Amino acid sequence: MNSRVFHIATNTFREAVRDRVLYNLIGFALLMSAAAVLVGQVSIQIERLVVINLGLTAVSLFGIVIAIFIGIGLVSKEIDKRTLYTVLSRPVRRWEFIAGKFFGLSGTLVVNTFFMAIGVFGALAYVSHHFVSSDIGILVALYFIVLQFVIITALALFFSSFSTPIFSAIFAFWLFVIGSFAQDLRNFAAMTHGVTRWLATGAAYLVPNFSALNVITQVAHGEPVPHDLIVLNTIYALVYSMAVLSAAVLIFERRNLK
Amino acid sequence: MIRSRQVTAIAGTVLVCSMVSAALLTRAVDNLGPAAPLQQMLYISSPKLVKRLCLGYDGLLADIYWTRTVQYFGGTHSQGGGTYKLLWPLLNITTELDPHLIPAYEFGATFLVAKPPQGAGNPQKAIELARKGIQNNPDDWHLYYDLGFVYYDQKDYRDAAGAFLRGSQLPNTHPFLKIMAAQMAQHGGELDTARMMWGATLQTSHDGLIRANAAAHLRAIQVDEDVSLLEELVEKYRDKTGHYPATFSEMISAGLIKGIPLDPMGHPYSLESNGRVVVSIPDDLPFLDKGIPSGYVPHAAPKLFPAG
Repeated sequence: MNSRVFHIATNTFREAVRDRVLYNLIGFALLMSAAAVLVGQVSIQIERLVVINLGLTAVSLFGIVIAIFIGIGLVSKEIDKRTLYTVLSRPVRRWEFIAGKFFGLSGTLVVNTFFMAIGVFGALAYVSHHFVSSDIGILVALYFIVLQFVIITALALFFSSFSTPIFSAIFAFWLFVIGSFAQDLRNFAAMTHGVTRWLATGAAYLVPNFSALNVITQVAHGEPVPHDLIVLNTIYALVYSMAVLSAAVLIFERRNLK
Repeated sequence: MIRSRQVTAIAGTVLVCSMVSAALLTRAVDNLGPAAPLQQMLYISSPKLVKRLCLGYDGLLADIYWTRTVQYFGGTHSQGGGTYKLLWPLLNITTELDPHLIPAYEFGATFLVAKPPQGAGNPQKAIELARKGIQNNPDDWHLYYDLGFVYYDQKDYRDAAGAFLRGSQLPNTHPFLKIMAAQMAQHGGELDTARMMWGATLQTSHDGLIRANAAAHLRAIQVDEDVSLLEELVEKYRDKTGHYPATFSEMISAGLIKGIPLDPMGHPYSLESNGRVVVSIPDDLPFLDKGIPSGYVPHAAPKLFPAG
């Protein structure tokens, strides 16, 4: 990473912290504590499952909301405040600005996820008093959640590079929803014929494959996550994010900022 | 500065008062009429649709549905039972969302098979649920045990033996499944078999409620045996004296028993004028077939004591 990208990333991280993004950790801590204490009293034999399912789902949803709502403002806010002109008047290229923003927000989400993961493991220790070897799967699920964040950050930034914040949020959120049905979309596409099949298949592969990045239920039952899936998901998230960021750079490079 | 503090104090007071008033008003509105029939409502009845709508977070939703099932069952049970008409749909959605949620199959089958008002009295759905559990988790011996138990409850000893036998053939299974399969095939309806079944449940379950339930059934079996034996002795007394004993002291004097017989809870048994032997505090001994005092109406929710 060159120094200009690094500086923009660092500033984006600082700005997110200044915007009190990490305050969500308080809400998360309260949620986990309440779940750990309450569920045992209102249900039967699922205390451990609830802590893992609720913990990882909350990590995922909190992060997605942060990624979307901060990501959509990364470019437009700089334009509104006119700080973008100051940045670009220096020897900073537009692609470096986009890359720096992406790394800054991704870094914020990784730090956020790290603290929430501590909360999940803390609640798990409270409920079950010990860890088992299959709990290593929780780390894999958290890693996949981070990969989700990386893709959503890239998408939010992409929409932010040409649209208003409100529409960027709508587009990013709907792509998240559609991406959760990616497997179904491919199955539907396989049922069609001719040109429709080509178009449907193309659309199905165009949307992000979030369904493969969700292994929460699997790890909650202590089922192992295949190594191949970890490798392929990692490569997929990097390649997809790179494609989306490239599109964002292409648009942003041509955007008339006057 | 002083003005700002005043505003803060006033706004803070108004905030607290308003919130307390809102809570009190909500309670007042709730008390106006019968509770909203939320528990009897299933917003989405299709398990597949629920699974699609949860955006991949099906594990958490399954936990929520399972908790709702437990609350629904407990709530209906504490109100004296009923039809439990939502029990099967809730269990079906729960297990569709998370096919590996073993407690839902285990407890669900128990809830479904138990006769009203203790449960839904729907053995067919209990069998369907246990079979679904086995289909989704073929290596879990607990589910074969549960299926066998449901068949046993229906006095279908042949299928019960079959379920226990299949469970006994799994790796890491519990050895008593093999014994149960054999016992079921030979002595299906006997009290010793029932004692063994509930004893096995007491030993293998870690759940307090299930253990308490098993302990209560074991006590009921003990009472059934005690009452049968004591009533035989009462008949002997009558053959000897021409009348029923009024108290157990008369039977002691006649040399038929050595002391006042006690039930498994430590309370003395009682004698009715027609020679029937009954427990003195039936509320403490649910699931009895014999020894129930004349005119006693059992509570809908059985009184369970923690198993030692």
